[in-house]
Parts: sequence; structure tokens; C-alpha cells
Amino acid sequence: MEMLWFWLVSVMIAIYVVLDGFDFGAGILHLFVAKTNEERREVLGAIGPFWDGNEVWLLAGGGSLFLAFPKVLAAGFSGFYLAMWLVVWCLMLRGISIEFRSHVEDRLWRAFWDGTFAVSSILLPVLLGAALGNVLRGVPLDASGYFGMALWTNFRMGPQPGILDWYTLLVGVLVLATMAGHGALFLAWKTAGAVHERSRKLAGPLWLGVLVLWALATFATYTVNSGLFVNWQKAPLAWLATAIFLGGLGAVFAGLRQERPLTAFLGSGAFIIGILAASAACSYPVMLKSTLDPAYDLTALNASVGQHGLRTGLVWWFIGFPLAIGYLTFLFRFHRGKVKAAAEGEGY
Amino acid sequence: MGDPLFWHRLQFGFTATYHYLFPQLTMGLAFIILVLKAMGLKTGEARYNDAARFWIRIFGINFAVGVVTGIPLEFQFGTNWARFSRLSGGIIGQTLGMEGMFAFFLESSFLGLLIWGEKKLSPKGHFGAAMALWLGSWLSGYFIVATNAFMQHPVGYTLLPDGTLQLQSFWAFLMNPWAHVQYAHTMIASVVTGSFVVAAIGAFWTLKGIHGEQARLNLRVGTILGLVFSVLVAFPTGDLQGKQVAKHQPITLAAMEGRFESGPRASLTLIGQPDVAQRKIENPVKVPAVLSFIAYGTFSSNVRGLQEFPEDQWPQNIELLYYSFHIMAGLGTIMIALMALAALLLWKGKLDGNRPVLWALMLAFPFPYIATTAGWAVAEFGRQPWLIYGVLRTVHGASPTVHAGHTAFTTLGFAGIFVVLSALWLYLIGREIAHGPVSRHA
Repeated sequence: MEMLWFWLVSVMIAIYVVLDGFDFGAGILHLFVAKTNEERREVLGAIGPFWDGNEVWLLAGGGSLFLAFPKVLAAGFSGFYLAMWLVVWCLMLRGISIEFRSHVEDRLWRAFWDGTFAVSSILLPVLLGAALGNVLRGVPLDASGYFGMALWTNFRMGPQPGILDWYTLLVGVLVLATMAGHGALFLAWKTAGAVHERSRKLAGPLWLGVLVLWALATFATYTVNSGLFVNWQKAPLAWLATAIFLGGLGAVFAGLRQERPLTAFLGSGAFIIGILAASAACSYPVMLKSTLDPAYDLTALNASVGQHGLRTGLVWWFIGFPLAIGYLTFLFRFHRGKVKAAAEGEGY
Repeated sequence: MGDPLFWHRLQFGFTATYHYLFPQLTMGLAFIILVLKAMGLKTGEARYNDAARFWIRIFGINFAVGVVTGIPLEFQFGTNWARFSRLSGGIIGQTLGMEGMFAFFLESSFLGLLIWGEKKLSPKGHFGAAMALWLGSWLSGYFIVATNAFMQHPVGYTLLPDGTLQLQSFWAFLMNPWAHVQYAHTMIASVVTGSFVVAAIGAFWTLKGIHGEQARLNLRVGTILGLVFSVLVAFPTGDLQGKQVAKHQPITLAAMEGRFESGPRASLTLIGQPDVAQRKIENPVKVPAVLSFIAYGTFSSNVRGLQEFPEDQWPQNIELLYYSFHIMAGLGTIMIALMALAALLLWKGKLDGNRPVLWALMLAFPFPYIATTAGWAVAEFGRQPWLIYGVLRTVHGASPTVHAGHTAFTTLGFAGIFVVLSALWLYLIGREIAHGPVSRHA
């Protein structure tokens, strides 16, 4: 049961990264791929109907973590206190910039929100990537089950690292590049004309960058936490996940070469899901690793709630999850085809 | 200032209070928009859809601010109240998770269709989107109220030796009787906020002599719903809420009334200032025996005063609790009276021409916001010193590793963000009101 919930939480988070990832990517790139107001509105029109629902996956994933592994949520959220609020403030500013930008027909008003949208969309993947880096590297959890971390210390490893150090920043930059590549493929798929062209042209170099950063980050992870790679050899699920992300990577490059943007976009989705699933499979059952003593690790087994809670949650989870996927499918079908910028006074 | 608990409480209270200014309107408007869309479908008259279109735009702006100010609340469980989350996450995580799964997905998926989809959807399809938003926002309300109800009146759990609360009966927890009453009271209050805002806009346009037909329609809808729901928020739901507090939180009831001595035929204090040090009310205006009746249904019942309870179980801020309760109840009474007067004039066909009452309706829209804020203050200050009533004290709920300075910093950060959001909100809402309702064919 604990293992099932470990995977349900992982699935929710992976879906979150794939979905919010494409609108983060759109935000990272829109200043470069969309130059005119018309083009910017095309980009916003492509993600506008989705972004809020995409973000709900974060809240629903957090809710699943809360109900199944409250000790992990309590330790992680309070331990990363300042970084958490940077994430929240970026999420707030970003949401407002998408929603309010097109309300007012004024060049400066729109330029301001375009800039806010870009900056928050760039900071968020770096911060979320750093969070992943912290989970892989470990945090100074002690016997109390809590930790507290400075935003940064000396950027080096050690028993008391900062939230940002060279390793977590490297993972942050990898995630930034991946989100940008993912968003470029989404825009190539959903838009036509100049935005489509620029996104398509940008996607190739971005994905080469992802490839290089991924190799660097994998090597770095080996030096930071070689245990993950020992686990890899014993975890068939991790092999499957590795196959998925390598296949996804192949699909990205094949889709780009054959000018089939949907194939490439699905490929980048598979890459993200696979790489997260491989990290989860290699970490299991550890959810939050202690840099001080393995005895202080928070795991799916020692951090979970009682069986009744887990079973009850499972019942409504299996009702709610298909509903959420159903709405998402409906939305994608309703907004199928290439996006056009909405008329003035309407739409995003 | 160096006490982290002070800052944790200030930050949560501040962010939750600010956040709730928006959902109380959107939940109320979701209901009113649904009514307008239903009338439009039924009668086929364009004016209902024109009115709905205006309110959907107001709804959209408020909803966006509600979403972004709601995100920090979810995070604060973990960041600021880690010990509380660690001990009770197995229970309240259920409702918070369900809120995401069943309410937020529904709302976020159909929001765009409601706001921008009228041209693309059939009239029935657009009505469906309005229905989805109403259902989603009212479901979300239930999960949050059920979470709060557990903190007010915990049921369906077992306490483990290490202090962890474990879910014992999901249905008992979800169907907490406290939640039913609190939910009805809260949702009806949100429709009161919505109707007062609708009536205020109707009155504003009537006074200015613009948007004739729409001004009359808003005035009528706002007044009728305003009267019905401001009565319902007091009777039966407010009354039941009071009886519930009397039964399960008698100390809170005593503090709300500033009642220090016990005794039968307890009088209700209408006005007066509590003096906690001297344990009395200054300059009281009292109605004999009414408190006994409100709390227990008979005029002779004994209502226990604070002195009967150990002082370490008293809410810490009795003065604020007392004033919040009296402001809520006082404004509630004024709101019923105003809407009754307006409805009477409407019925006689004289509301359009009665400028003093129109002015009152236009200026009264903050009342339900203040009353609702005060009502939540009663619930939350009244629960003190407990985080989970009778189980976990607030002092034992905060994050152990977060320093006062951190929370002071983030609280100030929120103050800054909220100033910006408020300015944006005023600007955008002002534009919409100035723009007014537009017919689709105009």
C-alpha cells in the first residue's frame, strides 16, 4: 500500500511537470519566438485554457503527498522555507501576468506583463529543478525528522549544504533547458506561421543542450549520490523508465527531423516522465534522504499514515483521477488544431 | 516580535483573510450567474445573458486573484505549520487532496469556457460551463469547511501514543455535523456578498441614470436574492451555528459574549466593551434571557461564564473575539433591514425613484465582506488556544525549524504583493464597471 502511494504521488508530480512544463516553456521562450502583440497572444492563447488546470496537478499531487506521507511534506516544506515562498511568489506573479495581460489595450501594460511572465517562467523551473536536486542529494534531516536550510551557503557539498549549491543549480539549469525544449515543441505543434517556425528552429539546439546537460547532471549525480546507481541495477522499473526516457529522446529528434511536432512533443513528455520515474525507482523507498545518517531518512515506509487512511484515499483517488484526465482530454479536443490570436477584448 | 508563533499566526490570518475576499464573491456570483443563465435559457430574453456576461467578466478577474492568493494557503500547511501537518496530515490531507481532485480540476477546466466560450458554445453548453463553475466552487467550499470543521470539532479519528491523529472513520470525518451547519452558513453568506455587490452596481447605474434596463435587472436580482439570503444566513444557519458553539465550545460562547459569570436567564449584550482584567463589560446594553434562548432554545437555560473554566483554556484574545462577533451579528441585522426595505419598495414599484435607499444599497456592499471576515475571525479566534479543538494546542503546531525572522520577511513580502494585487484589482474592476454591460449584438 505504501509503495502504491509512493508511485501515485510520483505519477501526479510527473504529470504536473509534463503539463505545467509546456506552459513554463512557452513563458521562457515567448519573448524570443513571439515578437508582435498578435504573436504573443497566439502563445498565450495556446496555453491560456490549460495553465490553471496544469497547476492543479501540483496542488493535487501535494494533497496526495499530504494525505499519504505528511511527515515528508512537513519536513520538506518547512525545511525549504524560503525557497518555497520564492516558488509561490513566482507562481502568483505568473498566473496574474497570464490572466491580466490582455485586459488592457496598452503597449506598456502588455510589455510589463510579458516581462513578468518570462522572468517568473524562467525562475520556476530553476527552483523546481533545484528542489529535485535537493531530493537526490539529500538534506540535513536529523533525529527530530526536520531540517532547516539556508537558501545557499558556499555552493559546495557537505553535511550542511544550502538549498542552492553547484549540484542543485546544475539540475535547475537542466530542468530549465528541458522545459524550454518541451515548450518549443508544444508551440511548434499548436501554432502556425512565424511562431511555429521560430519555435521549431529553436527546438533542435535546445534539445542538444538538454542532451549535454543531462549527461553532465547524470555524472554529477553519480558523484553526489552513487547509491542511486547501485539501486538502478536492482530495480527493473528503473530499466523500464530508462527505456522510456531514451525512447522519448529518440522521438524528439526523429519528430524534429521529420517535421512532426506532435511526435516530438509526445517524445519530450516521455523523456520527462521517464527521467522522473527513473529517479523515483532508484530512490525507492527513500523519499527524503538525510545527509547526516541513513537512519534519519524519511521513507515511504516510515513516513506513511495508517492503512485506513491510505485505503480510503485510494478509493476517491481512482474516482478523481479519471475525471481529471477526462476534463483534460475534453479540453485538448475542444481546443484542437492550431491556435489563432483572440480578437481584442476577448481571450488571453 | 521574536516569537515565531506570532508571525506564523499573523501570516496565516493575513493571507487567509485577504484570500477570502475573492472566493466569497466568486462563490456567490457563481450561483447568481447560474440563476441568470437559467433565466436566459427559460425565457429566451437577451437581458439575462447580457447581465450574466457582465458578471462573468467580474467573476473572471476575481477568480484569477482568488486562485493566486489561494496557492500560498495550501503551502502554509507545510511551510509554517509543519508539526500540525505532520500530526494531522493523514486526516486533513484527505479533504485537501479531494479539493484538488474534485473541485479544482473541474473549475480550472471550465473556467476558460465560461469566460471566453460563449460564442463557441451553444446556449446550453455555456449554461453547462456556468454549472461546472458553480459546482466546482461550491464543492471546493465544502472540502475547506470540512477541514476547518475538523479543527473546530474533531471527529472520526484516533489519537496514537506519539500524538499523531489517525483516520478512523472517513465518513464520520467527511460528514462532520459541524461541517454541515458551517457549510450552509458560509455558502449562504457568499450569496449575500454576491447579491449586495449586484444590488450595489444596479443602484449605482440607476443613480447615474445609465444602462436603464440592466440597472433595473441587477437591482431586482440583487435585492430579491439579498433579502432571501441575508435572512437565511441568520436563521436558521447562524442560529444553528451558535447552538453548535454553545454545545461543543461553551468557553468560546462565553468569550464571544464577554460573559464571565454563569447563571440562568443569560442576557444578550447588544453593545458594550469587555474589560478582561476586571472581568466585566463596560457600558452594556443588555436584553435579558435572550442569550439563553439563542444558545439552548429556552429562556431559563444556564449559560456558563468564563470563570467556570480554567484560564489556560480561554481564547487568548477575548476582546477581539467579542468585537468580531458583535460586528458580524450587528451588520447581519442591518443587512436584513436594508434588504427588507429595498424589497418592499421594489414590490411597490418605487425602488427606482427612491434615491436615499439607492444610495444606501450602493454604499452597503462592504457590509457582507466585513461581516464575513468578522465571522471567520469568530471561528478562528474562538478556537484558540487550540489548533485542533481539545487535541492540539496552537503553540504545538508551528514549524520547529523556521525562525521568526523568516516568517516576518515572508509576511512582509505578502503585504507587498497584496498591495500590488489590490491596485490591479481596483483598476481592472473599475474599468469593467465603467465599461458596463454590453449586449452581444450591440
